Amino acid sequence: MGAITILQGGRLVDPVLGIDTIEDLWIQNDRIIKSESATPKQARVYDVSGCLVMPGFIDMHVHLREPGQEYKETIQSGTRAAAAGGFTGVACMPNTNPVNDCGAVSRFIAEAARDGFAKVYPVGAISKGLRGIELAEYAEMKAEGVVALTDDGMPVVDSQLMRRAMEYASSFGLKIISHAEDPALSFNGTMNEGYVSTRLGLKGIPTISESIMVYREIALAEFVGVPVHIAHVSTRPAVELIRAAKSRGVKVTAETAPHYFTLTDEAVEGYDTHAKMNPPLRSEEDLLAIRGALSDGTIDVIATDHAPHSELEKDIEYDLAANGIIGLETAVPLGFEMVRQGVIDVKRLVELFSSNPAEILGVHTGSLQEGGLADITVVDPEKEFVYAEEAIVSKSVNSPFVDWNLKGKPVLTICEGAVTHDHSGSVE
Amino acid sequence: MVEKESSNSGQAYQFAHKHIFGIRQLSSTDIEHIITTAQSFKEISNRAIKKVPTLRGKTVVNLFMEPSTRTRLSFEIAAKRMSADTFNIAPSSSSATKGESLVDTAKNIEAMNPDAIVVRHSSSGAPQLLAKHIDCSIINAGDGIHEHPSQGLLDMMTIIDHKPSIEGLKIAIIGDIAHSRVAGSDILGFTKMGARVCLAGPATFLPYGVSSLGAEIATTVEDAIEDADVVMALRIQKERQNDPLIPSLREYAIQYGINRSRLKKAKPDVLVMHPGPINRGVEMNPDVADGSWSVILDQVTNGVAVRMALLYLTLGGAKSGQEQTES
Ligand SMILES: [Zn+2]
Repeated sequence: MGAITILQGGRLVDPVLGIDTIEDLWIQNDRIIKSESATPKQARVYDVSGCLVMPGFIDMHVHLREPGQEYKETIQSGTRAAAAGGFTGVACMPNTNPVNDCGAVSRFIAEAARDGFAKVYPVGAISKGLRGIELAEYAEMKAEGVVALTDDGMPVVDSQLMRRAMEYASSFGLKIISHAEDPALSFNGTMNEGYVSTRLGLKGIPTISESIMVYREIALAEFVGVPVHIAHVSTRPAVELIRAAKSRGVKVTAETAPHYFTLTDEAVEGYDTHAKMNPPLRSEEDLLAIRGALSDGTIDVIATDHAPHSELEKDIEYDLAANGIIGLETAVPLGFEMVRQGVIDVKRLVELFSSNPAEILGVHTGSLQEGGLADITVVDPEKEFVYAEEAIVSKSVNSPFVDWNLKGKPVLTICEGAVTHDHSGSVE
Repeated sequence: MVEKESSNSGQAYQFAHKHIFGIRQLSSTDIEHIITTAQSFKEISNRAIKKVPTLRGKTVVNLFMEPSTRTRLSFEIAAKRMSADTFNIAPSSSSATKGESLVDTAKNIEAMNPDAIVVRHSSSGAPQLLAKHIDCSIINAGDGIHEHPSQGLLDMMTIIDHKPSIEGLKIAIIGDIAHSRVAGSDILGFTKMGARVCLAGPATFLPYGVSSLGAEIATTVEDAIEDADVVMALRIQKERQNDPLIPSLREYAIQYGINRSRLKKAKPDVLVMHPGPINRGVEMNPDVADGSWSVILDQVTNGVAVRMALLYLTLGGAKSGQEQTES
């Protein structure tokens, strides 16, 4: 009989099993087991009363920067940040250097991830070198553990290439994740096109640069008859297109990031490069549409688009600064803010953070099922903390939420039975 | 870093801005005060010895990361007439071409112990970034497509030279509003001073929600000019950075250029302005630019006076300048 860990007195929420109940959760080795009445002597017992015990959260959109930009983040530091933020799994984007567009790079990532603090699901490139010209070798990457395909950061402009990518990927059971952007419409843009861009004299990125490509992906997926996933949805028009497509049965899924339901383009005021990302922060109207989509199921997933950058890329002129912010350590409290505001309930939050991304990526986790792998996220929804720069676990600190008072803290993260983050202060 | 409009309820007025990032931060009282100060300095330029000791011992660095002869020269003359020491840093002599960042450049300039940096930069918000890294006054001499506050102020000063007040005037601005930092500052300044600002140009030249800045959009150039007290034309470029805006300068000149017949719709005592340099025959016909209504050369003269005022006020010249004069 192996080591037993007991999470005592927590509220277990699992939409897949349809449970929401106060119960103990038992873990033996890497598996969830049936709880018994008598506590074994050597068991590690965590008092998690008042906390939510949920299937492990998965962030299906992160940039771990390794290989190539290890000064911003590594697989080690990024997964440590993931665990601290309550995630047991992350899907990492292929825009590394070299690009994850072949089996060798996929294997490098998978191997480096072995010593990580969370499961790493590599996402491969749609096109070689993210150049949008020729298909990458999907079968070879899949054999090395790639779970989906994207040219994230670089829109696939050529519609024929995107069609072929969807078709070819489907032969290997891989899904396309689209970074939906028409680069001609967003050319040289550095923030949302709106009142604020006019006021600040910054070139705008219109909402149509997203929605036109979202429509193209829907049309292609519908025509080809394959599923497609839309990354980081930020606009009302995109939400409406996805909602309409879903209602007529198109297999489209979508994610948004916490900043799109938390901040608007007003955050760019003062030329704050920590409010610069792509897609950009949008208007209040878009923010409300994103919240509506979280609540009605149009958007399936909250993913952070965790994009670490150093001062070299961020403490410079706004229009020259790199796009992106870190998000792994702030997503959960910002998600719980939506619960407190009544936008979503806890069950839906678990779907958005766990069961839906697991299903979309086709990875077998995201449930508290007995006998299943013990990937567990424990959050104290009442616990407040200041997101202080010194306390950031990620190697980079480019976040607009620094010094925010956040509520809803991941206190315990367990990945395949191993504790990867413990802030519970209750181990006995 | 946002500078809010200063409010001065009850207390005696004091100019409270260390930096000049844009017209947006200034109240109408601030604007009046700058213009009054500039008017008092204007006379210095007409003296035989065009120099006062007001800013003696102060160091003003002109950091022009984008080519500009006119504005740089105007600031340089302004600083010299106040006896400040000036240094010019231009792209050829600066390390910008070697890939040195603005922040690095700023740190090197800091070694010169400047009292003010006058900055021209292609990035909107660059003056704010400098202010974050250097402890001295920063004066924006044009940032990206955001603001060009000294130009806005000299435009207002020029109008006040010829009209009793800006309040109630109809001011037409014709051209590429979206890509003009001059328009950015002018629209804010004119509306703060109570003018009605009418914009005209093809829709490709109008920024998103420009009415949020307080201006009206006229359907035609004729509507904008009708009964206008001031007509300002902006310099036109055919396209900017892969963005086709108009098919040709020729078509623009025909549809939107300021010519005599269009100008007839304005008030008889209309003032014609242009921030320069003019594309004669494109945004403005030569006979309009050189006509009796043109105050384009006054704009240049007032530019020096306004820049003297900005240096004087931001460097706290009111206090230290006095000491200097008496020493
Ligand atoms: Zn992306």
